[in-house]
Amino acid sequence: MARVVVDVMLKPEILDPQGQAIAGACSRLGFEGVERVRQGKRFEVEVEGEVDDAKLADVRRLAETLLANTVIEDFEVRVH
Amino acid sequence: MTARVGVVTFPGSLDDKDAARAVGLAGAEPVPLWHADADLKGVDAVVLPGGFSYGDYLRCGAIARFAPLMSELVPAARSGALPVLGICNGFQILCESHLLPGALTRNSSLRFVNRDQALRVESADTAWTGDYAEGQEILVVLKSGEGSYVADEETLDELEATGRVVVRYAGGSPNGSRRDIAGIANEHGNVVGLMPHPEHAVEALTGPSTDGLGFFTSVLSRLTAGTPAHA
Repeated sequence: MARVVVDVMLKPEILDPQGQAIAGACSRLGFEGVERVRQGKRFEVEVEGEVDDAKLADVRRLAETLLANTVIEDFEVRVH
Repeated sequence: MTARVGVVTFPGSLDDKDAARAVGLAGAEPVPLWHADADLKGVDAVVLPGGFSYGDYLRCGAIARFAPLMSELVPAARSGALPVLGICNGFQILCESHLLPGALTRNSSLRFVNRDQALRVESADTAWTGDYAEGQEILVVLKSGEGSYVADEETLDELEATGRVVVRYAGGSPNGSRRDIAGIANEHGNVVGLMPHPEHAVEALTGPSTDGLGFFTSVLSRLTAGTPAHA
């Protein structure tokens, strides 16, 4: 069994109030030097057997169909 | 013949009973529809109600979009034939289904907003707003945590230019929505989505006004007149 990771992030132009709240907490906690935080999602997709190009293409299709809303989010697919 | 308006129940729908009641008060026959049945039961129009379908897992409306019922609803709605009103979670489902452009994201305040909300009707040229006057202010209920409407500038400009902004928050957006947009329509005017809840403002006893009833009487007028949604 192999694992494919899909990272989903809000597009840069979309406001991320959660990320902003986390950045605010960083400075309150004394983590100086944190300028900005963006929050995203990570999906770990386990697939049967070895990951080949066809399976990777399947996961990519899954990502754009369901895991990400490409109107507001970007995603990256990689073998873990 | 009485118009039959379907109200869809998904797992986690909250406001299906209120929506059905509003349909009834407007003089139409509410028809319960179940998410798992790929059957619209021949209804003349459909309301996708508010709530937290599938627990809002993944994204609001993202799972509901793939419900068996939606496979019947989406083509009928997209063609302009079937009037569909999405309220709150229903609006999120319409955006996830790409029946409406843009998306709903977390309120800019990160707080759930629950209040009586004044809206300005910007378009009376849809299947669901024909009984209002353009520029009319109405008072309904807003209750959502992910109600901030976003779309790219090009899409927003197109919505404005084609009269598809249906309702706007009067006095500024309470949730960070771009251009104070509270609700929009598709290009045919048969599909309308909005975050506020007209179905909670249909009776003096329980709502801040009865202004919301107009959405439901509008579709009834449209169906009775037998005129198709404008092209």
